[in-house]
Amino acid sequence: MTTDTTAHGPAQIRTWHKIRNALATLAGSRAVLLGLTIVFFWVFIAVAAPLITRHSPLAQDYLHINEGPSVAHILGTDHMGRDVWSRLAFGARTILVLAPLSVAASFILGMILGLPSGYFGGWIDECIMRLLDAIMAFPIILLYMIIISAIGASATNVVLAMAVGGAPGIARLIRALTMDIRTHEYIAAARLRGDSALRIMFLEILPNCRGPLIVDFLLRVGYAAFYIGTLGFLGLGLRPPTPDWGGMVQEGHNYMTVNVWPVLAATMAIVSLVVALNLFADGLHEETMRYQ
Amino acid sequence: MSERPILEVNHLAVSYKTRKREITAVRDVTFSVSRGENLGLVGESGCGKSTVAFALVNYLGRNGFISDGSIRFKGEEMRNRTQRELRMLRGGDISMVYQEPMSALNPTMLIGKQMTEALVAHQGMPLNQAREACLKKLSDVYMPTPESVLGRYAHQLSGGQQQRVLIAMALLNNPALLIMDEPTTALDVTVEAAVLDLIAELQKKYNTATLFISHNLGVIARVSDKVAVMYAGELVELATAQNIYNKPLHPYTVGLMQSLPNVDAPRGTRTLHPIPGRVPNRFNMPKGCIFAPRCDYAMDSCGQGAPLLVELSPGHFIRCIRAEQWMANAPWETGLASAKDRTEAATANIHLDPVITVDHVKTYYPLPFKTIKGFLGAEKRRHVKAVEDVSLTIPRGCALGVVGESGCGKSTLAKSIMGLEKTSQGKITFLGLDITRVVEQRNPKTISELQMIFQDPDGTLNPSYTVGAQIAISVRRFTDIPKDRVYDEVIRLLTSVKLSGTYYYRYPRQLSGGEKQRVGIARAIAGNPKLLVCDEPVSALDVSVQAAVLTLMHEIQQTSDTTIMLISHDLSTVRFFSDYVAVMYLGCLAEIGPVEAIYRPPFHPYTAALLAAVPRPDPSLSQNWTRLSGNVPSPINPPSGCRFNTRCPHKIGQICETQKPPEVDLGNGHKIFCHLDIEALGRIGRV
Repeated sequence: MTTDTTAHGPAQIRTWHKIRNALATLAGSRAVLLGLTIVFFWVFIAVAAPLITRHSPLAQDYLHINEGPSVAHILGTDHMGRDVWSRLAFGARTILVLAPLSVAASFILGMILGLPSGYFGGWIDECIMRLLDAIMAFPIILLYMIIISAIGASATNVVLAMAVGGAPGIARLIRALTMDIRTHEYIAAARLRGDSALRIMFLEILPNCRGPLIVDFLLRVGYAAFYIGTLGFLGLGLRPPTPDWGGMVQEGHNYMTVNVWPVLAATMAIVSLVVALNLFADGLHEETMRYQ
Repeated sequence: MSERPILEVNHLAVSYKTRKREITAVRDVTFSVSRGENLGLVGESGCGKSTVAFALVNYLGRNGFISDGSIRFKGEEMRNRTQRELRMLRGGDISMVYQEPMSALNPTMLIGKQMTEALVAHQGMPLNQAREACLKKLSDVYMPTPESVLGRYAHQLSGGQQQRVLIAMALLNNPALLIMDEPTTALDVTVEAAVLDLIAELQKKYNTATLFISHNLGVIARVSDKVAVMYAGELVELATAQNIYNKPLHPYTVGLMQSLPNVDAPRGTRTLHPIPGRVPNRFNMPKGCIFAPRCDYAMDSCGQGAPLLVELSPGHFIRCIRAEQWMANAPWETGLASAKDRTEAATANIHLDPVITVDHVKTYYPLPFKTIKGFLGAEKRRHVKAVEDVSLTIPRGCALGVVGESGCGKSTLAKSIMGLEKTSQGKITFLGLDITRVVEQRNPKTISELQMIFQDPDGTLNPSYTVGAQIAISVRRFTDIPKDRVYDEVIRLLTSVKLSGTYYYRYPRQLSGGEKQRVGIARAIAGNPKLLVCDEPVSALDVSVQAAVLTLMHEIQQTSDTTIMLISHDLSTVRFFSDYVAVMYLGCLAEIGPVEAIYRPPFHPYTAALLAAVPRPDPSLSQNWTRLSGNVPSPINPPSGCRFNTRCPHKIGQICETQKPPEVDLGNGHKIFCHLDIEALGRIGRV
């Protein structure tokens, strides 16, 4: 892919070339393009939420409850007369912050457990893996419910619960990658210049895991959005007045026979985001694999 | 006499469609192969040898196609055939043998099923008849117990056996044309020698036309009648094997020969002449003669018109505008340097103080327990005995070569010295300091003075960092050069391994194999090491690049008074490079001594067998020395007594199986570990 001319130029030109090459590669895949478009759509909605909505997501209007779409409320109102579109737009903010944050938290936890497990092997590996097996023995939703009901439902606690629940899978992935990379001779070279195990794990091994980890991160953000929705539906998500897609489904489903719009809008939003992130991750995976 | 050749290739060109544009991988290739003839195709990697082979059976992948020329097989045009017709031909009239025997066999299928399938599919033969035919072919390739082989899986056979099975499979349908793509490259020298003998023998027996692809001139010399030399997708020289080796006319052919270390040439009688530069990128081909930028004899006119392939004397084709001049008077030494046996003994450096002393070192790897009983400690733990009792010293400023087949513990010995593996027993002394411990427990000074160069150019550098950054870490660790001067020091190191400063910002993936190895060397010499352990540093590189890297290592050793331990399976390289040689077999030393003493009788039987196996780039040599049969036994359960007794052609009897061989001291540091007496040892090998 990289031709000789790019290799000679100064650093900035090289970086620019790299970015352009990467973008060109991504643009070649329809899955990536579609996925990115939908993700950016939701990011735009979240960022511009106050500008593109006319009502506050919390403002109740008991004269207009459970109404269908109209000029005043493009997606109608819910059982408390709140604007569904506003709640959807502000709900995007919640989910687009919480989902990546919870995945990032579980990545940090997964790294701390997976790297030494794969690098040292032996009894360290054995102990860490059995601990993770214990966590994985719980059905994931049940685990979230146990943790959140123990420490209370709040945004921070949702992130905490999801970090604990997601860590075993990530730790196992990082462990497998580490066990492979460990056998490369540049790791022996690092040991032979007196590098500490910590430096080798985080600076020599981790950067070379980035390909699969980026793909896994994106997939997991998709699932996280889904689980945050589920937790919201179970009443374990954010405190009620906060706009939250899962909560919208939960509150709306009692009135579904009267007004389907709050439930429909929220579920469509969740589905589109999850599918988009999956498409993006899959496409990225395929495109990066093709040139290896 | 004038029988039509089996295969005629005329002006063949192969192109690939890429995202950017079409690139031509092979251009204007013309050759023919007749019945019973073996045509060798040589060239560096990336010269289009395999592409030609795949083009013959039109198996070029989705984006490759034959863009010009014709391929006639038994007089019929092969281009534009349907996939169905081609499928019947591949495996039927045309067979192929590939480089990696392990990946060419289906690991989930019994050998018998895979072999009979070829017959059932192509000839509609009934199964029991097919089985008979397979058994016959297996005994033709000298597989011991062919019946049991049919009932085994690929992983239950050794590499050499797998390759025999593949050759037998290729011969099943009595093909008119056999294409062999580097069939022995993945094998050990001793196994390679046996497989080459087999190929030469089958060639006579079946009278097949063979296209033999190899990068190794020695291998080609042993099996081929005609040799075609390819460079960057073009055929540059085509002649009989005798002519190619004795009177090469193209500067590229000459370059390939001169970059080859000769196993029969005593140390110091030959220098290597690497070909400068590398094979051009197909996106960016030079104008005129494609070899001109790397050619020592290029003139201005070489850069203008592309030279044509001309027949200079009957059967000798060459693509060079100065060909006639070379024909009349070649400026290079033709052929290979003759092996003048210099009688002077290698300079005895024994009195010099040793840099490193390895004293009865053993390195065992524990095997995991298979039973609960074992886990509870009721069973004796089994070990892989990778290094079993090795003692040696390396005097300051010398180079010790360590040779042996794969699985002989050479690399483990290196890792034990480096502290990458824990030694089970024994003592390693480095500059008077006991360093028998893993690298994490050694002091920083020892670490910087004891460095290593690795085998795999792709694994030796971290792909995430630039070349400069990686060398800079070593510079900061090993020296007290101030921070703002580190960059200059890295540039100095890069220059000392003959790379320009622009390499500082490059990533490993932008470098060729040879360049990566140079960076590896630069990193290792950052702290002025006293001992440099090199684990097969050139075995993954092309011959011309090998020569350059070896020459560089030699220079570094000369200029910086570094002691080198060179591990290699290639006896020619070791003879070129080393002052002392240690021959290892299954974790033990077989022979150790000054280099010239090792390569002359008296030999240890194992050394003699290794030397006999080296393919020599001289077709006139009849190579009918003794061959080793079988494989290196498992180091989990090595043979008792002398470990070589199971394969030794000179075994004297019971004593070899029961007693460890004594040390036969021949003076001047030359020791042979064998039960034979000095006289008997002297009779082994060359007559």
